[in-house]
Amino acid sequence: MSASPKISRRAFAAGFAFLGFGRRASLAQNFAGLGGDASGFASVMPGKSFEFPRDHGPHPDYRIEWWYLTANLKDSAGERLGVQWTLFRQAIQPGPQRGGWASQQVWMGHAAVTRADTHRHSETFARGGVGQSGVDAYPFHAWIDSWQMRGHDRMSAMNVAPLEVNASSAEFSYMLRLQADKALVLQGDAGYSVKSERGQTSYYYSQPHFTASGTVTIDGKPADVTGLAWMDREWSSQPLASDQTGWDWFSLHLETGEKLMLYRLRQTRGEPYLTGNWIGSDGRPVALSPKTADMIPTSTTEVAGRRLPTGWRIIIRDRGMIIDTVPLNPASWMGTRFSYWEGPVSFAGTHRGVGYLEMTGY
Amino acid sequence: MKQGYWILAVLLSHWRRHPLQLTTLMVGLISATALWSGVEALNEQARASYDRAAAVFGGSRTAMLVGQRSSTFSQQLFVDLRRAGWQVSPVVEGRVRVQGRPLRLLGIEPVTFPAQAGSIPAIGASDLKSFITPPGEALVAPETLIALAGTEGAVLRTDDGATLPPLKARPQLAPGVVVVDIGLAQSILHLQGRLSRLLVGDTRGQLPPLETVAGDMLRHVAADAETDLERLTDSFHLNLSAFGLLSFLVGLFIVYSAVGLAFEQRMPMFRTLRACGVSSRKLNGVLLIELLVLATAGGLIGLVCGYLIAAALLPNVAVSLQGLYGARVSGALALRPEWWIAGLAMSAGGTLAASATSLLKVIRLPVLAAAQPYAWQQSQRRWLGWQGVTAAAMLVAAIIVLIVGASLISGFALLALLLLGAALALPVLLAFVLRIGERNSRQPLVLWFWADSRQQLPGLSLALMALLLALAVNVGVGTMVESFNKTFTAWLDGRLAADVYVNAVSDAQARDIEASLRARPEVTAVLRSGRAEIEIGGWPVEVLGLADHATYRDRWPLLESLPNAWADVRSGGGVLVSEQLARRLKRRLGDRLDVSTPAGDRSLRIAAIYADYGNPKGQIAVNIDAFTVRFPDLPRTRFGLRVPPGKIGPLIDDMREAFHLDESRLSDQSTLKMESKAIFNRTFAVTAALNTFTLGVAGVALLTSLLTLSHSRLPQLAPLWALGVTRRQLAGIEFLKTTFIAFITAMLALPLGLLVAWCLIAVVNVRAFGWRLPFHVFPLHLAELLGVAMLASLLAMLIPLVRLMRMPPAALIRIFANER
Amino acid sequence: MVDMSSGMDEAAMHIPQAPMLAIQNLTKTYRSMQEQIAVLRGVSVQVGAGESVALTGESGSGKSTLLHLIAGLDEADGGSIRIVDTEVTALADRDRAAIRRDRIGLVFQQFNLIPSLTVADNLAFQSRIAARHDSHWQSELVDRLGLGDLLKRYPEQLSGGQQQRVAIGRALAVRPPLLLADEPTGNLDEATADDVTDIALDLVKRTGCAFLMATHSTRLAAKLDRKVRLSAGLIS
Repeated sequence: MSASPKISRRAFAAGFAFLGFGRRASLAQNFAGLGGDASGFASVMPGKSFEFPRDHGPHPDYRIEWWYLTANLKDSAGERLGVQWTLFRQAIQPGPQRGGWASQQVWMGHAAVTRADTHRHSETFARGGVGQSGVDAYPFHAWIDSWQMRGHDRMSAMNVAPLEVNASSAEFSYMLRLQADKALVLQGDAGYSVKSERGQTSYYYSQPHFTASGTVTIDGKPADVTGLAWMDREWSSQPLASDQTGWDWFSLHLETGEKLMLYRLRQTRGEPYLTGNWIGSDGRPVALSPKTADMIPTSTTEVAGRRLPTGWRIIIRDRGMIIDTVPLNPASWMGTRFSYWEGPVSFAGTHRGVGYLEMTGY
Repeated sequence: MKQGYWILAVLLSHWRRHPLQLTTLMVGLISATALWSGVEALNEQARASYDRAAAVFGGSRTAMLVGQRSSTFSQQLFVDLRRAGWQVSPVVEGRVRVQGRPLRLLGIEPVTFPAQAGSIPAIGASDLKSFITPPGEALVAPETLIALAGTEGAVLRTDDGATLPPLKARPQLAPGVVVVDIGLAQSILHLQGRLSRLLVGDTRGQLPPLETVAGDMLRHVAADAETDLERLTDSFHLNLSAFGLLSFLVGLFIVYSAVGLAFEQRMPMFRTLRACGVSSRKLNGVLLIELLVLATAGGLIGLVCGYLIAAALLPNVAVSLQGLYGARVSGALALRPEWWIAGLAMSAGGTLAASATSLLKVIRLPVLAAAQPYAWQQSQRRWLGWQGVTAAAMLVAAIIVLIVGASLISGFALLALLLLGAALALPVLLAFVLRIGERNSRQPLVLWFWADSRQQLPGLSLALMALLLALAVNVGVGTMVESFNKTFTAWLDGRLAADVYVNAVSDAQARDIEASLRARPEVTAVLRSGRAEIEIGGWPVEVLGLADHATYRDRWPLLESLPNAWADVRSGGGVLVSEQLARRLKRRLGDRLDVSTPAGDRSLRIAAIYADYGNPKGQIAVNIDAFTVRFPDLPRTRFGLRVPPGKIGPLIDDMREAFHLDESRLSDQSTLKMESKAIFNRTFAVTAALNTFTLGVAGVALLTSLLTLSHSRLPQLAPLWALGVTRRQLAGIEFLKTTFIAFITAMLALPLGLLVAWCLIAVVNVRAFGWRLPFHVFPLHLAELLGVAMLASLLAMLIPLVRLMRMPPAALIRIFANER
Repeated sequence: MVDMSSGMDEAAMHIPQAPMLAIQNLTKTYRSMQEQIAVLRGVSVQVGAGESVALTGESGSGKSTLLHLIAGLDEADGGSIRIVDTEVTALADRDRAAIRRDRIGLVFQQFNLIPSLTVADNLAFQSRIAARHDSHWQSELVDRLGLGDLLKRYPEQLSGGQQQRVAIGRALAVRPPLLLADEPTGNLDEATADDVTDIALDLVKRTGCAFLMATHSTRLAAKLDRKVRLSAGLIS
């Protein structure tokens, strides 16, 4: 049980944005369009042995892949803010990799900053093969246009740190330095993330242990910031099933140093499907049993003409957890070509802490 | 509601009983709407084509980065700029030939293509995947697809042997353009890793300066609000629009007289309706509805006719625009709903404007007033004085505009003032002429002839004004076109001085060709030439390199020159400048002209100014040796040959075989001349066609006015008949009177037309195109037009006269009975 | 549908005592640049239902002016005009038009038919715009006026007497309470004039309307119930 629906969803986001260019259509229709030619891509098999830094780099034989970073920060006045940096890769055709403009790789970058009263986002696109965008495993460097995520000379491949991340748009820019004293975490079964009944899988690892510091400038006003960050790396080739409409996904930093990854997959047939990982303060991940967890929407917000559940109660019985999450900014809408909600949250109850919530398909 | 219906039925019954009146009204409405909307359709079609072109060019509407030193630059600059935060998108461009047809190949990168340069769906790459993955797609306009005899999905090869991706039709594209993915374009054009330009999208925050990223390799070109094509062709469209509006006005003259007659004849009906209990408001409301119904019907038919006119003229317009400006206009007419709505609105608005006086009269209609159909003409006579004053004021204003104005718009304002002023002055002048005639007559019938003509004048004056305008414009445009034809032939002889033109593929081939030609005795001269493009004062200018040879010295079409012009040019210090460029830069003979070339800047003396008709760009000519020094990198592949006439054909055949040169690289003078003349002929064919229409409409205007008059003039004629003048004699007198008035009008139109021609040649053309034609008068042409005008008047008189001759005496008697 | 003709007879039998037309002290003066001409200087006339009254007088005595004022085609300076129960002088142009349409039949010397309509349409058009068209009554009118063979003709194809009969038919098509005629026989020869007058009187009796006819012919005036003479702006 892992984050594979999220893979599909995000892959869909990238694929849809490129192939449909902003046309909104139902998930099923697009999926049908994508499904046929998935066969030529490499498949996700159990028992893979990960190798770093090699696997920080791209896996072009797989259809979709991303480098996904979220950060919960505070400025010097104690005001909270969030930062997102994402690079998506998609192969639009299987087969041997071609160079130059003939490359079948297409890249998309998303960046956002969120404060309690503002949310700014930006996106950019690139073809592979000519150098406008790409990822090098060593020395680690992921970039699209001027946005980049770059490893230091002394970067530890297992900790994926230290890193420098930056992005900028007409309205905002940021630069963060990321440190980590714990190794990355393989999600699912040693990085092999199995789906439910539908047989979809991905390779999935995370680095949830980053501490971050740097500068965030919004509308010309710079602020020094510090806080926590979380990076997700996934790649896969399988598409989403036709009845899956979207998901609600949490990555939470507990004050105890523990981390929680939890999501709910909504489907037209049957109950939403819950799954996740509890990462102990020793960095060891334990899969959650769906039967012991609940995600209950508690309040909704009207954003961009649709109603989203922005407040949640999360219950994990075998951990004795009952918490309520509150968004930093309920209007954290990513009005990109494929749009979704992504923003920082905080929570209280039996446990306290901060994290990120992503909601798609609304 | 029901009451309104019955009133409308009563009003419309008039038209059923007077079908001829309905016909003239409809003819007026239809011709007004048809000509105006036809011209609008042409303009719209052309502008839509420019937009299509601009959308693909990512042209001057988008800011661009272009190579500073050469036409292409390294693709790495694109990556460097993107990595520095510049939102740029690469474009590579070149020419290919498919089935001998030259096409413009455009390679774009759809993922980064800036939205403001034409979004991807708009260009047509809606399915990005099939566009950028093998085999890719070649997007073309539907016309191009047809021209290439291709079907969607067909795979064509360029004449160089490169394979184009499968064709796909996209209606948004301009004809003659093929859009493919950038990588494919680079390989087809043999420009791997090279780009032609970068389109600049919306910037993202603070950008590093261009120089720090790209050094001096690139140059920023700011976006223009309108495309070059629009700017260049504005004057052409303005010309068409002016014609369209003129025709519209002439059409409205017809509507005015037809509506005036119908209202006049229905006055008793209106009174009866009022007496029978129809309120004034209701009557006027229903009259308004009646007019709008007629206007809509006429407008719709007019729009259909307009569509047909536009469709008939479009090929000529398209050829003109391409020949004159290189603007491709799609040959299939596509009209937007706005065009129909605007046409109907013009028709309704025009009808209401033309009916305003008649409507006002009905609104003020006293139920009891005795029948006085000529009261309004009486009051019009009072206006004659005012009209004279207005006319004088307009003519004075025309002179002021001529002296003060400098723009093209002011040129047209001058024309409008001149024509309107003259039209308004016409009745005053005619009245003056007729009064002189009256004073000098003694015999009663002759006296009556003059007096009655004068009385007839107010009713005819609108039609005569229409005739005057149509004739004057005809004379003006005709004289301009003839002047052009005459000048153009001589000019072409001078400009195309060599007999054969060669442009070799490479310097090496050029040397081979030259060597082989020296061996042929019939080639009396091989004249090397060069051609380069520079900018002077922000204007694109062609530089010609000319050999120092009698061929040019004797025949180059110099307008004015210094005494030793050719010696000046040979020495390298003198330059020949085209008329348009000299006007544009406001330089005269002997002035200095700063020319910047790759080999540095130079100041040259203007030794002569020459005619360069029809060229939207500026042009200068220098000695070929100086040219070679100034443009060292340019290939030396061009030359002209002097060959005796009979030997040109064989020579060309031989060279084509020996060096594989196609028509674009090897052409003979006579073909070039023919092509050039064809282009200009078609340009003026459009104006000539519109001209004929206008004259026809003026003829109809005259006919309707005469019909109107003939009916309302019976009371004046009846007493003469009673006094013993036969109907045939009456018809004869009527014929003489009308012919006389029409003749005077036509005679007045001739000098006015020549004045219009002068304005067109010396003011409008100069401001629109930058060149001035010599002014010629063509007496034969004038006589012909005079004949046509008189013929139109005769035809217009025919029906009323026949009617009068056949009028049963009872009808004349009844006039006495009714007028009691 | 009610039998209109029997209803008509009943109406004719029960003649109300109140006059259909009552004019009190009517004055009208025309002003030109030089002088004022008092055309009517206090005229009072009453016409009852079914009654026919001849208005005689010299040319220029004000007969036409009086008729125009009654018809609301012109405005009086003083006095009152009541048609059935409505004071006409107080009305706006629009309402006067409605009164003309619904309650007054007008017959002119010049016939004033609509040249582009057939006889049938001329007969019907006032009743149509008044929304009171009654085809039974229309065919009875056609019979009584002797127009049966002329219905498809246009006015210009009719003789003067025929035209005036059409005009009378048009005026009575709405069955108005008041019929006004201004020299209706002025353009007709004597025999035709008699004929037309007789037909008009017959129809007045048939509809029970009040009939006021301006004429300078004493012979015709004698055919009517009563005669009033207008002289120097006063009824004598």
